[in-house]
Amino acid sequence: MDSNSLFYSLELVAGSGNTLNVEQTTALQTSLVILKKNYKFHRVLFWGKILGLKEDYFIAQGRGEDEMKDKKTLYSFNCMDWMLLAPATDSVIEEVSKTAKGSFVGDPSYVYEHVEIHRAGGRNDAIQEEVVTKVNEESRLAVTVHQIDEEASVVPRGAYLRSPHGLVQINRSFGGLSHSEAGKLDNFLHFSKAKNLKKKSILEMGDLNPAIDFLDVLSDDIPKGSWSLQLECASRVLVLRSLLWPGLTFFHLPTTPQHGHIYIGDGRKNLDLPFMI
Amino acid sequence: MESTDGNDAKSEQRLKSAAVLKSFMLKSSTESKLNLYDHLSRVLMKVMDEHPDNAVDVIEDVSREVKRGLFEDKQSTLRDLPQTTAAELLAEQQRLLFSRPEEADQEEELMDTPLPNVSEVAFYLEQAGVGLGREEMQRVFLALKQLVESQGLPRCRLWGKILGTESSYIVAEAEYREGEEEEESTEEAAEDEERDVEKEMNPLPQSAYKPPPTVPKEALGTGANKFAFYVCKEPGLPWVKLPSVSPAQITGARQIRKFFTGTLDTPIVSYPHFPGNEANYLRAQIARISAGTQVSPQGFYQAGEEEGDEEDEAPRDSFEVNPDFEGVPVAEMAESLSTWVHHVQHILQQGRCTWVNLAVKPGDDSNEEGEGEEKEEEPDEPEPEVGPPLLTPLSQDAEMLNIPPWTSKMSSVLTSQHALAVLRSNLWPGAYSYASGKKFENIYVGWGLKYSGEGFSQAVPPLPQKEYPSGPEITEALDPSVEEEQVLKEALEEEQAAQEEKDDTDDPEEEDDD
Repeated sequence: MDSNSLFYSLELVAGSGNTLNVEQTTALQTSLVILKKNYKFHRVLFWGKILGLKEDYFIAQGRGEDEMKDKKTLYSFNCMDWMLLAPATDSVIEEVSKTAKGSFVGDPSYVYEHVEIHRAGGRNDAIQEEVVTKVNEESRLAVTVHQIDEEASVVPRGAYLRSPHGLVQINRSFGGLSHSEAGKLDNFLHFSKAKNLKKKSILEMGDLNPAIDFLDVLSDDIPKGSWSLQLECASRVLVLRSLLWPGLTFFHLPTTPQHGHIYIGDGRKNLDLPFMI
Repeated sequence: MESTDGNDAKSEQRLKSAAVLKSFMLKSSTESKLNLYDHLSRVLMKVMDEHPDNAVDVIEDVSREVKRGLFEDKQSTLRDLPQTTAAELLAEQQRLLFSRPEEADQEEELMDTPLPNVSEVAFYLEQAGVGLGREEMQRVFLALKQLVESQGLPRCRLWGKILGTESSYIVAEAEYREGEEEEESTEEAAEDEERDVEKEMNPLPQSAYKPPPTVPKEALGTGANKFAFYVCKEPGLPWVKLPSVSPAQITGARQIRKFFTGTLDTPIVSYPHFPGNEANYLRAQIARISAGTQVSPQGFYQAGEEEGDEEDEAPRDSFEVNPDFEGVPVAEMAESLSTWVHHVQHILQQGRCTWVNLAVKPGDDSNEEGEGEEKEEEPDEPEPEVGPPLLTPLSQDAEMLNIPPWTSKMSSVLTSQHALAVLRSNLWPGAYSYASGKKFENIYVGWGLKYSGEGFSQAVPPLPQKEYPSGPEITEALDPSVEEEQVLKEALEEEQAAQEEKDDTDDPEEEDDD
C-alpha cells in the first residue's frame, strides 16, 4: 500500500490479525520519505512483512515512472535502515525452489542447502555425484517477494492505465468500483504481466478496453476459489484475501479510489490449497 | 364553367368531409385519452423513420409499440425501488450495540463485572502488532457486552477470530454456568427411540460388525470442554453457542486440513470422514489451539490445593490465581521460554485431556468380583497415555517439523523500559500472547490451521480387501448337455438294475434262511 496512506490503510486490513505497532508505523513514515528521496522513486509502497523465526523482514517497494516494470524492492529489520534486494532471475528462482523449505529464519546470510544425487553410468559401475545447491536467505526473500507480486498482487479494474507506448501508470480519473461491481472477482486484476489474456476467445475480447484490460482477471485463477472476498469494517470495506498466499490482504473502499494490498505472513505458499477448499 | 363550378363544389365537399373525418379522428378516447389522428401520424412517422420490411404486415405491431411507448413514459414517474446495501442492513443491526443502558444498577456492575476490558487488551495487542483494528475492537467489545448481558455468563473473554473463505468468526470464550447441561442429549435420545420404532416395523438383517468403542466425551467444565464458546460473524449479529467437542472430532480434525467457510452448518467434505459439520470442526480446532497456545507467565497461576490423598497418576487439572504473584520482568520473559507456562491441559492422542481406559466396559463397575478374572484374560491392557502436567514451562515443548515452537521478542526496541514481552506460536500461526507485569492475554487471529511443515499429505484410502480365495466349492461349472445327462441316466439305470438283480438273488437266500 502507498506509504502516504499508510496511517489509515493499515487499519482497514487489520481484520486479518496482523498489524504494525505504533513504533513501527511512525518509523516507516519517516524512513520511507527519506528512501523515496534517496532512490529517486516516484512513489514508495509499504509492501509488507515476512515473519521469521528470529527476526521479521519489513519490505518496501519503490516504483518509478512505469508502475509495472520500474520496481525496486528493499528490506529492513528495524523499519529505518533499508537494504536493496537483487531482482529475482530465473536461475535464482529455480535454485530457491529446490532448496528453501520451511519458515524464514530472519538472517539474510542463513544458507539453505540441498543435496541432489545424480547417478550416471550403468547399474554396476554407477557413479554417484553429489550436487550441492546453496542459497542464502536474502535471495529466497527476493524470490518470495517476486512470486507474491506475480501471483497475488491485486488492483481494481481501471486503477491503472496502459498508454499505447506500453507505459503503465496510475489512472488519475479512477473513481473506484461501484458497490455491485466490487462484489465480483471479475473486476479485480493481477498486477503482473498478463498470461491468460491471449488465450481468451474473440467474443470475450470484444468487451475489453485495451487501455484498462491489459491484465489478468482474478476470476480466471486456478483453482477456482483461491480468493476470499468479504466486506469488513461494518461492511464498508471490500477485503480480498489470497488463499494461495495466506497473509496477503487487499482492500478497496468502493466508490473511492482507495485501494492497496499488504502481505504479512510467513512467506510460504499454500501448496495444500486443492485439499482445503 | 358549369363543370368547373361543379368541380369546385365537389372538391369543397370532399374537403369538408375530410375535415369531418379529421375532427372525428381527433376526438380523444374516453378511456386512454388518445386520439386516432395523433396515433396514426405517430405510426406513420415511425414507419417513415424505420422503414421496416413488409410494413403492411407489421403495421399492427408498430401500432402497438407506439401505444406501449406512451405507456413507458408514464411508468418512469413511478417511485424508484429503494436498494438496501449490506452496510445498511448491518448498521441497522449494530445500532442496538450502541443503545444506552438504563441507569439502575450501574454501581453493582462496576464492582465485579464478567466483562473483560477489551479496550485495554486491544491497546496492548496493538503494541504487540496484533489486532483487528481499533474500531472493530470497540465493536467486538460492545458485542461481548451484549453477550454477557443476554446469557448471564459468569466470565467471558475474547478468544480471537477465525478467518473463513466467505465470512469470519469472532470467538468468545465463556465459563459454563453452574449446573448447565447440554441440550443435545435429549434430542439424541429421542432420535434413538425413533430408530427403534422403525426397526420393529420392518426388521432388517443385522450386521455382525461391531464398531470399536467410542471414546466418551468429556463432561462440561472439564478437559477440552472446560469452556463454552460463542461465535458470531460480525459484531452485532447474534452469537451462536458451539456444541461441546467429542474426542472423535478432535482426532478427526487432526487428520484433515480444510478452510472454514463461515457458515456453521456447512458439511465437512473430507477424507478421512469428519464426524460433524463446520460447527464441530470449528469447536475441535478451537480446543486444539487453546490446548497448544494458551499460556501465562510462570507463577501467575498455582496448582489448586487438593485433598491429601492425591493420586500420583492423576494429572493436575485445577489451578487458581496466585495472589502473591509479583510479575516477571519483561526482559526476562522475552528472553527465556521457561518463564511461560501452559495453563490449558494438553490433549492426548485419544482426543481427551484425561485418559480413559476403553478396555474396561462401563457396566463392569457394578460387579467387581468378576472383573478380576476378565482382566486377566485380556491379552494386552492398553498403556495409559499421559500428557505433560498443567503449568508446564514452554521450554519443555517438543520441537516439531524442524521449527522451534515459539518466537519471543520485545514489543519495542527503542523504549524497552515500557515494552511488552510478546510470544508468537510458530506451530499455530496467528496465536499471540503478551505479558507485562501482572497483565497477560492470549489471542488467536488466523485461519485455524496448524503449521504443516513441508506439505500436507492427504490420507490414502485403505487398500481394497482381498477377494475370497477361489476354490472348487465356489467355482461355477458348466451345465451338462443333454447327451451327458443321457449317459449319466443310463449309467444310473444300469447300476440300479445291477442292484436289483443282486437283491433278487439275495432274496431267495433269505427266504431259504427263513
